Amino acid sequence: MSSDLVVSIAGVTKTFPRGNVTALQDIDLALTHGEFVSLIGPSGCGKSTLLRVIGDLIEPSAGTVTVNGKSARQARIDRDYGIVFQDAVLFDWRTVAKNIALPLEMLGWDRERRKARVEEMLDLVELGSFGEHHPWQLSGGMQQRVSIARALSFEPALLLMDEPFGALDEMTRERLNLELLSIWETLGSTVIFVTHSISEAVFLSTKVVVMSPRPGRIAGTIDVDLPRPRAAETREDPHYFELVTAVRELLRKRGQHLLPEEEPL
Amino acid sequence: MPASLLRAVRRSLEVGAVLLALAGLWELYRWSWTTAGWTWPFAVDSTSMPHVWTILKAFGQPAQVNQPALITILFHKSLFTAKEAVVGFALGAVVGFALGILFAHSRLLQRGVMPYIVASQTIPILAIAPMVVVWVNPKLPGPFQGWGSVAVIAAYLTFFPVTINTLRGLHSADARALELMRTYAASAWTVLWKLRVPASLPYVFSALRLAATASVVGAIIGELPSGLQSGLGGAILNFNQYYSIEPQELWATNIVAALVGILFFSVVVATEKAIVRRAPENVA
Repeated sequence: MSSDLVVSIAGVTKTFPRGNVTALQDIDLALTHGEFVSLIGPSGCGKSTLLRVIGDLIEPSAGTVTVNGKSARQARIDRDYGIVFQDAVLFDWRTVAKNIALPLEMLGWDRERRKARVEEMLDLVELGSFGEHHPWQLSGGMQQRVSIARALSFEPALLLMDEPFGALDEMTRERLNLELLSIWETLGSTVIFVTHSISEAVFLSTKVVVMSPRPGRIAGTIDVDLPRPRAAETREDPHYFELVTAVRELLRKRGQHLLPEEEPL
Repeated sequence: MPASLLRAVRRSLEVGAVLLALAGLWELYRWSWTTAGWTWPFAVDSTSMPHVWTILKAFGQPAQVNQPALITILFHKSLFTAKEAVVGFALGAVVGFALGILFAHSRLLQRGVMPYIVASQTIPILAIAPMVVVWVNPKLPGPFQGWGSVAVIAAYLTFFPVTINTLRGLHSADARALELMRTYAASAWTVLWKLRVPASLPYVFSALRLAATASVVGAIIGELPSGLQSGLGGAILNFNQYYSIEPQELWATNIVAALVGILFFSVVVATEKAIVRRAPENVA
């Protein structure tokens, strides 16, 4: 059973000494292979911090993080995960193809192998003819697709996504949601997806983890048992609305509970 | 006609028009001041402001009897100075870039050494040139004798802006991009070559533009205390002494020196255009 665990978090706490902020408190979370888990919550709930702890970009103050059966640090060094940020973070001086090839270069792949993989990835994110373009010639949504292709190019077991579609317009976001799902279904990787959009979280995920702020902790977890493959119609499914409502209530309950402490009038 | 050729033709016409306009302004100023008899800020006569055509004519005549035309002499002298400047520029660019990388990786070194680097730039080049000649010249292999130390002086004038801008450019890498490199467990060396250096290039190139003209100035000034006669510096020193009799020769030399500087600058700009790929809004 434990071999199926991709991420396991036990008792993770993160405090930032400056300003004495407790960003995360006593987080326990386990992800099995092939799951698509969304972390959702208001700003300041520590969802991005949690993602960074998993990616070993921030060290927890207490607790343990295990990724693919090893420490988060070792997993990072072994390139066990790919990451997508809110901004595409593409290198202006590289073409789209070379941006996707960046992690492959660092893994020491030879030119032929890189080229073949880049072609595959360009097809996967439907940017086949844009390989020789430079990032600034692409729209925001296309740039983010390049960023996803780059993160997936070396077939990491885990994909970390930090509000990847947060800066995009609603229509682009919904189209990319569908694309991301089809990619995920093709590749069968495990995804941790940070978002502040309830509908996005429910639509995409197998599990939604609702977080509450100050200190950041897990307010509750909702299993999303909507049928797959999900399509645009899924958003019209009554059960979809029930789940959206459930997530919203969990967020609100926690919010109310926190209000008096937060804003002493 | 291909579009690029058309552009080149239009550009040359523009440059020609500007030059003509400048010459026209020069003559207009001359004419106004001499006709009205104004003496502020200085009295205009054929010594203070020789005619444009007098200067142009000087190119075609020998400066001294039994010598080739001035333009031939200046051409050879500018080649000599350009050689010093190119080597000085390359030396200054490499040293400046290396110092920038060194300082970017060691705050201690940056804090400890930077003040002296800054101080070094406050010393007038003429004050250190004799020392450079005495120290450097004896160590130079045969073909570098004489002009090699001038190249070092040019480098001294060149490296500073490169160091400052390299340092700033290396720190200009996006924080998210650095985080991305961390997720790849990239070594400091990889981060340097794949992210920091490419990110720094626009900064480095704006320094190299400055360095290009500074290296020509450095080479000319460096020739003065070195007693070298083969370059533009020597020519300037020489024509200085005859300025009251034949001012057009110094003017002609200055024009050539300026052309060398412009050429250097243009080469750097062209190189930058070929190398640096940036979003149009981020191109200086």
